Amino acid sequence: MRCDLCNEREATVHLTEMIDDQSRELHLCEPCAREKAPKGLQGFGLAELLAGLADFGSKMGEETKAKLVCPRCKMTYEDFRKTGRLGCGQCYETFHRALAPLLKRIHGSGEHVGKEPAAGKVPAEELSQLKEQLKKSVAEEAFEEAARLRDRIRALEVKPKRARKI
Amino acid sequence: MTLNDLTRETGEWLRGKGPKGEIVMSSRIRLARNLDDLPFPHWAKPVQRAQVLARVQDMIKVSKFLKGSMFLKIGELSELDRLFLVERHLISREHAVEGTESNQKGVVISDLEIISIMINEEDHLRVQVMQSGFNLQEAWRVLGQVNAEMEEKLAYAFLPEWGYLTACPTNVGTGMRASCMLHLPCLVITKQIDRVLHAITKLGLTARGLYGEGTEALGNFFQLSNQVSLGISEEEILDNMERLIRQVIEQEEAARTALLNQSRNSLEDRIWRAYGTLRSAHLITSNETIEMLSLVRLGVDLGLIATLEQGKVNQLFIQTQPAHLQKLEGRPLTPSERDARRAKLLRESL
Ligand SMILES: [Zn+2]
Ligand SMILES: [Zn+2]
Repeated sequence: MRCDLCNEREATVHLTEMIDDQSRELHLCEPCAREKAPKGLQGFGLAELLAGLADFGSKMGEETKAKLVCPRCKMTYEDFRKTGRLGCGQCYETFHRALAPLLKRIHGSGEHVGKEPAAGKVPAEELSQLKEQLKKSVAEEAFEEAARLRDRIRALEVKPKRARKI
Repeated sequence: MTLNDLTRETGEWLRGKGPKGEIVMSSRIRLARNLDDLPFPHWAKPVQRAQVLARVQDMIKVSKFLKGSMFLKIGELSELDRLFLVERHLISREHAVEGTESNQKGVVISDLEIISIMINEEDHLRVQVMQSGFNLQEAWRVLGQVNAEMEEKLAYAFLPEWGYLTACPTNVGTGMRASCMLHLPCLVITKQIDRVLHAITKLGLTARGLYGEGTEALGNFFQLSNQVSLGISEEEILDNMERLIRQVIEQEEAARTALLNQSRNSLEDRIWRAYGTLRSAHLITSNETIEMLSLVRLGVDLGLIATLEQGKVNQLFIQTQPAHLQKLEGRPLTPSERDARRAKLLRESL
């Protein structure tokens, strides 16, 4: 399918917007989605594009998502929706559930298989922060979140860091 | 080394000596990296962005690969100098436009312009290596060394699951964007270019123009790069690209042979007329220059214009750009003054 804007490249970003029960479809190539959509089509900015994708397939309720705030940089999920950009590395953990389907859709895969930072770089600060969050989640009886944090801490603690030159 | 020294030099990637240099002008790989403990540039406070800049500056002082590099703060550069860096592919247009003091944007440029690092662009760091010709392997070897050294000194935002974390979710994983600048005049002349680009887009590459996203394919130049960065290793990305680009090169070579066999006269006519225009014009725009130089470059590659070297032609693509002309002249020029200065430079060089 050709891109609706340039009519040249293959459309890889597909959107549906509902206005008064009328659905409007938009098919864009990646460059147009980035470059032209914010100017050419009010309400179809990249942020909406990304957020639109983020909502696609995510099982997390809107209310739960809206309440998420990154403990490190204070970005809210709403901020991410508006800008299409994350605020810091920690945001990826904070918005993990919402981001997973988005990343899968952008990249066609959900798992990193490339290079990793050299040995000895598991940030101790990050671990202690995660443990802090875990305690809080348990106290708030947010068990789903707590389970996720627990897995994440285990992965970080157990995962042997390979020292490697590329 | 200062910025003005660059005007008299040519970046390594323009030499026109690399493998398959007659079709692939340059190969470039960049890695997006962010410091682990600071917000990404767009979300950071000016003081935090200043910290990023300061840490990179410190890192360079003790670096084996970057010692002696130029370190420039974009906010301290004139508009002309910023455009000059864009024209040399050392910084992006976005990096040049929002170069105010509080953005704390910077750039590091190594000897021969092989390595460059944009600081506080969309990510804290965009580390880039450029090579002449079809040479992703060499670019990756150099980038690997620089990256390994930087990683010893800077802690990067990283998750085992999602790799290197970036401001935009489209860059996570390897954070790698590899690209080759291809000159494909005969695929354009024989009207096969759409089919070829369509095919490679389906196979995971993106095609852009001479100056990146959103620019048209001026002068028959096409920048091909990988689309995806998560769920695929750096080596796989490069293997995949090399395989696909090799096929595009073969198609262009076949089109060149076909044109020489079937319509040599009309091809030679186009090439020599372009050469004639560049050697005779007294006023010439930047776009016409690129279109004409593209044909002259083809003439050199096909051995038709034996008196010119490819490196020289490559260089003229950059030297005839607006900021380069003004640096050469040492003063600001109006557009029509530029057209005259450009024509003069071309007459003298060709
Ligand atoms: Zn398009
Ligand atoms: Zn954050």
